[in-house]
Amino acid sequence: MSQTPTAAPVATADRPGVIDARPVRHPGRWVALLVILVLIAMMISSFMTNERWGFGDALTIMNQTPVLEGLWKGTIVGTVGAMVIGVFGGVLIAVLRLSENPVLRFVSFVYTWFFRGIPRLVLLAMIGSGVGYLYNKIDFGFPFGQQFASFLGLSSDFTFFTLNVNQFSSTLLAGIIGLGLSEAAYMAEIARAGILSVDTGQNEAAAALGMSRGKAMRRIVLPQAMRVIVPPTGNETIAMVKDTSLLSAIPVITELFYQTSAIGNRTLLIMPAFVAVSAWYLIVGSVLMVGQYFLERRFGRGFGTGAPNRRFMRPAAAGGA
Amino acid sequence: MSETNPAASTVSSGHSRNGANVPLVRAVNVLKSFHGVEVLKGIDLDVHRGEVVCLLGPSGSGKTTFLRCINQLESIDGGRIWVDGDLMGFRDEQGQLHHLTDKEVATQRREIGMVFQRFNLFPHMTALENVAEAPVQVKGMKKKQARARAVELLEQVGLGDKPTSYPGQLSGGQQQRVAIARALAMDPKLMLFDEPTSALDPELVGEVLRVMRDLAKAGMTMIVVTHEMSFAREVADHVVFMDGGVVVEQGKPKDVIGNPQHERTQSFLRRMRSDEQQEQQSETEAVDPAAPASS
Ligand SMILES: Nc1ncnc2c1ncn2[C@@H]1O[C@H](COP(=O)(O)OP(=O)(O)OP(=O)(O)O)[C@@H](O)[C@H]1O
Ligand SMILES: [Mg+2]
Repeated sequence: MSQTPTAAPVATADRPGVIDARPVRHPGRWVALLVILVLIAMMISSFMTNERWGFGDALTIMNQTPVLEGLWKGTIVGTVGAMVIGVFGGVLIAVLRLSENPVLRFVSFVYTWFFRGIPRLVLLAMIGSGVGYLYNKIDFGFPFGQQFASFLGLSSDFTFFTLNVNQFSSTLLAGIIGLGLSEAAYMAEIARAGILSVDTGQNEAAAALGMSRGKAMRRIVLPQAMRVIVPPTGNETIAMVKDTSLLSAIPVITELFYQTSAIGNRTLLIMPAFVAVSAWYLIVGSVLMVGQYFLERRFGRGFGTGAPNRRFMRPAAAGGA
Repeated sequence: MSETNPAASTVSSGHSRNGANVPLVRAVNVLKSFHGVEVLKGIDLDVHRGEVVCLLGPSGSGKTTFLRCINQLESIDGGRIWVDGDLMGFRDEQGQLHHLTDKEVATQRREIGMVFQRFNLFPHMTALENVAEAPVQVKGMKKKQARARAVELLEQVGLGDKPTSYPGQLSGGQQQRVAIARALAMDPKLMLFDEPTSALDPELVGEVLRVMRDLAKAGMTMIVVTHEMSFAREVADHVVFMDGGVVVEQGKPKDVIGNPQHERTQSFLRRMRSDEQQEQQSETEAVDPAAPASS
């Protein structure tokens, strides 16, 4: 069976050559395309003729300094910060949940139960006003150090550092911590599913080589679990972008939606303000989707055919309709 | 030729802590139950340095379980296992046993290599990374040194051309050879093999057995669970036949396989032989109606 790569094989009557076949007709696709084109044309015409959309104004609003500041601090820093806390916290809680120590398992369960049960809006409002009302300041030191000190009549009360809760609780950082703690409860379930998806033989192979439980988790199990963890985490991140708008409950006002609606209400450009904020959310979401693609590629190493770009190389099926 | 090889035992006695006469592995009355069902009912086994011991036995007889007890992937309920003089899993303080910590167990496992039926390679690492991982992470070896050694080991198992392949890109036989190299990278005193070829296509079995044969020749102490009778006959110094959680018969391969004394051994070997013949028949499509087809 020698193949000659030089020229196309000669076709004769009994040896069929290059295939030249008619494609399957898809009349339904043409109808669908037509309907969609008409709808798009109607939409564009509405955009052009209905001045209340105010795209020009929307663009202006998008570029206002307070809006950009809200986008940067509230949306971007807020999302990144909350997701960092959420992912690391979530993995930690998942590992605790799967540990052999019943106390740790219980702690992890209670955490998830609590933070999954409380709406984020309520949680943030509570952090913003409630906690500062309960505790004016938090002292960091030895447990019960102050009680001991007053009991023994010592001059030092074993306090190293005091946090003024009333000031802290209304900051962006407090909001980020609140969102992160809530997110960790959801991420814990995602991470747990990822860890459980890894074959037990992997842990056994690692153990047989003399690896400790922690090393096996970090080096062997988690990298494989990431393949399962990343896609839903992308989902969570995009949800978090939108949930940063809840920061105004703290209240943190360097926040995208708060700033655009403030401008909208002040200037009576209600709809352009909504267009502006939606556009920013869509842009941030799109950037995140690209990031997710690269993360999935990174953690998909060794799985599948080893040609990670395959899905971009696949010929577009709809193209030849 | 297939007698015990004194030359080989001198090789491995180089890093032995105890005298050459003390067995490397000594198992005494090993008991193990799962959920109240006794799976190992008092296994006794001595494996000397440089020896190759093959464990034979029907499915469910406890071969895998016993192997896993040796490196503590399962904890034993009774009896004792020593490897190179160390009591596995426990510390003996004047007759009172204390469980070892996870860390101490991990230290004991370093000395024992294990090869699994289903390879269990790390799929997110290349062949080279699979082999170099444990020396770096467990022994704290320098990365460069570990990789150089990994290249050597891959060459030793005939995969010098595949260091950058992921397990998913390798055939079953190649994967199992990487797994052997991975275990060897920790410089174990003892290698455990659990049916290393039974997940392989027939034409890939030979390449794995060849690597194991070389290893045996180099003096590695090995305990091999296998259904490959010819391997057991030619390579093993000692054959152990297990059934129902007990050792039924053990001795030289020519005795246990060639001239079994116990009824259970005889019927097991008869079954194995008829299986082998059926395989050969279907492979070569031999036209031999006279062959006794015992079922
Ligand atoms: N983790 C477990 N939980 C419960 N029962 C188990 C477990 N592992 C093994 N067993 C039981 O122990 C018995 C011995 O199993 P083992 O895997 O050691 O047999 P084997 O001799 O290796 O068989 P095979 O040749 O099929 O691999 C079987 O009856 C099996 O069902
Ligand atoms: Mg088995």
